[in-house]
Amino acid sequence: MRVHYWLRYLFVVVAALCLGVASCQKETGDPPTPALPATPDPKPVEYVPTPYPWKKPTNFPDPIYDFTKNPLTYEGVILGKALFYDSRLSKNGTISCGFCHQPAFAFAHTDHVLSHGINDQIGPRNSPPLQNLAWSRHFFWDGGVVDLDLLPISPIQNPLEMGDSLANVLAKVNNDPVYKSRFKTAFGSDNVTSELFLKAISQFMLTLVSANSKYDKFIRKEGVELTDQEANGLQLFTANCAACHSGPMFTDGQFRNNGLPPNQNVLTPDQGRAGITLRDEDKNKFRVPSLRNITMTPHYMHDGRFRYLEQVLNHYANGVQDSPALDPLLKRNGQRGLQLTKQEQKDIIAFLYTLTDYDFLSNRQHHPN
Amino acid sequence: MIQLLRVVILVFWCLSGIGMISCQQPTGPEATTSGPLTIRFSHVVGSLPLQLNGPTYATNQGESFTVTKLSYYVTNIALTRRDGSAYIVPQDSSYFLVRAAEPATQTIRLSNVPTGDYTGLSFLVGVDSLRNTKGISDRKGVLDPAQNDGMYWDWNSGYIFFKFEGLSPQAPADPAGSRNFVYHVGLFGGYTMRTQNNLRTVRLAIGENALSVGPTQSPVVDVQADLGRVFNGTTPVRLSETPRIMVSPLSAGIADNYARMFTLINR
Repeated sequence: MRVHYWLRYLFVVVAALCLGVASCQKETGDPPTPALPATPDPKPVEYVPTPYPWKKPTNFPDPIYDFTKNPLTYEGVILGKALFYDSRLSKNGTISCGFCHQPAFAFAHTDHVLSHGINDQIGPRNSPPLQNLAWSRHFFWDGGVVDLDLLPISPIQNPLEMGDSLANVLAKVNNDPVYKSRFKTAFGSDNVTSELFLKAISQFMLTLVSANSKYDKFIRKEGVELTDQEANGLQLFTANCAACHSGPMFTDGQFRNNGLPPNQNVLTPDQGRAGITLRDEDKNKFRVPSLRNITMTPHYMHDGRFRYLEQVLNHYANGVQDSPALDPLLKRNGQRGLQLTKQEQKDIIAFLYTLTDYDFLSNRQHHPN
Repeated sequence: MIQLLRVVILVFWCLSGIGMISCQQPTGPEATTSGPLTIRFSHVVGSLPLQLNGPTYATNQGESFTVTKLSYYVTNIALTRRDGSAYIVPQDSSYFLVRAAEPATQTIRLSNVPTGDYTGLSFLVGVDSLRNTKGISDRKGVLDPAQNDGMYWDWNSGYIFFKFEGLSPQAPADPAGSRNFVYHVGLFGGYTMRTQNNLRTVRLAIGENALSVGPTQSPVVDVQADLGRVFNGTTPVRLSETPRIMVSPLSAGIADNYARMFTLINR
């Protein structure tokens, strides 16, 4: 049968069309790719740090630190912790903040009368614990620093402690690509300035909150009861000690003289608060310390002269020395010191044991990695 | 005809009135002009130029000394006009640290000073109290404790306003055996209570030949500091008695002395 010529042509045309359509298609399943933009996206990818859920304990007052100027993030806190435990912040790489401020002992330098710093030099004062710093108005035994953000400059530059300079430490941090990237993550910049460096350390320090002692649980009525001795101790404490060691912080934050006799074993007498203010009335006055975790932070007093709490209570009962600076609260009713029997002193000490916060001491998040 | 003339005159008055009003300078920032001002600090001891680690100078009490360090803050600069009004340099551009070890810091360049004639210059030696209480984010440049050559007490939060150090045979040796003198003056008045305030304002009269500032002018003010006055001032200072003064009530006397050591020259 003769094929009509027009059918042959039709076949060729249809085949051509099919081929053309087939060649226009890509591999099956792929959507068509969009055209590339003419200019690159001007906004680079930004890392948004994760807010750290800092909570005020229900039995604490409002914090003094202004968190709005340094909002806490996980990235900032962990970076601050890395700096806190980094001994490169000292001149010869041997002393970190954690060297004197040890987490298992409420960040005090326990069992040390006075702290030893770089090259085994001894300082003039006992390292205080680091806890509840968001509620402190003054720092150091003499209150020489008021702003937590400015505090680390002092130990870093103290020739007896870390022996370096802030400028040199910043240079070391800026030369470390790991730190640079961590600052970029936490603060959006890898140029580590004084401000970012200090704020990072503050962020870690602000997380050191101790509010879960037996006493706290008792006060918050969380089903914890004090023993008879502890309850008696609390009553005696309230009547005799709480005027100075007041409130949930167990300190009124003031500078007072508690009748310690001059220390015969130091070369230069410690002027205390007067070294800062130059006021005569501040001579031999020191900041009232918090008593939280006190059982874990011997030695006691600004010069670490007492090893045991028994010695401290004995001082208040029998050892208070009169002087123009002696606090009026320790010479009430014409009597020096506190009127406490041996048993009463023991009861107060039993109460002080209830201020130990084991959760705080063992919190892995505060310990070095 | 006269009516027409009156109308013409009235219209003429109105137009000239409008014209005069429109010729006045409009008020507003776009219209004021400004210019630069350079303040140059030079240091002498009596009639001799100050050289670090250089010649031996004498006090008027027969003591001698060389100088190894001189640094001081010049801040909160203000320029006063004949009518008593003042231009206060904005705070974000008004903190300078003069250091003899780095001569470039002895020249302070101000810009955008409003055009006009000025008859007085004043500045604070030191960092004002309020700034001393600010957070770390408000301490940049020469206020940054990492960038101000140690002009900051980290243990007693506050800036050191004036550092003057050197050697003197009359100075008793320090524990390391050095016969040095060290004057570090700070103390801004206290954070939570009133304490010693060593801030001093220096006021210099420019006099008849007023300082003329404008967009086409480059005025220079030369301020000379005679460091001899630190010893020979209103509070006499003897190297043999008080060679080292830092956080001490005696620092007020040093501050009183250096507050009076500045004079204008070449004008």
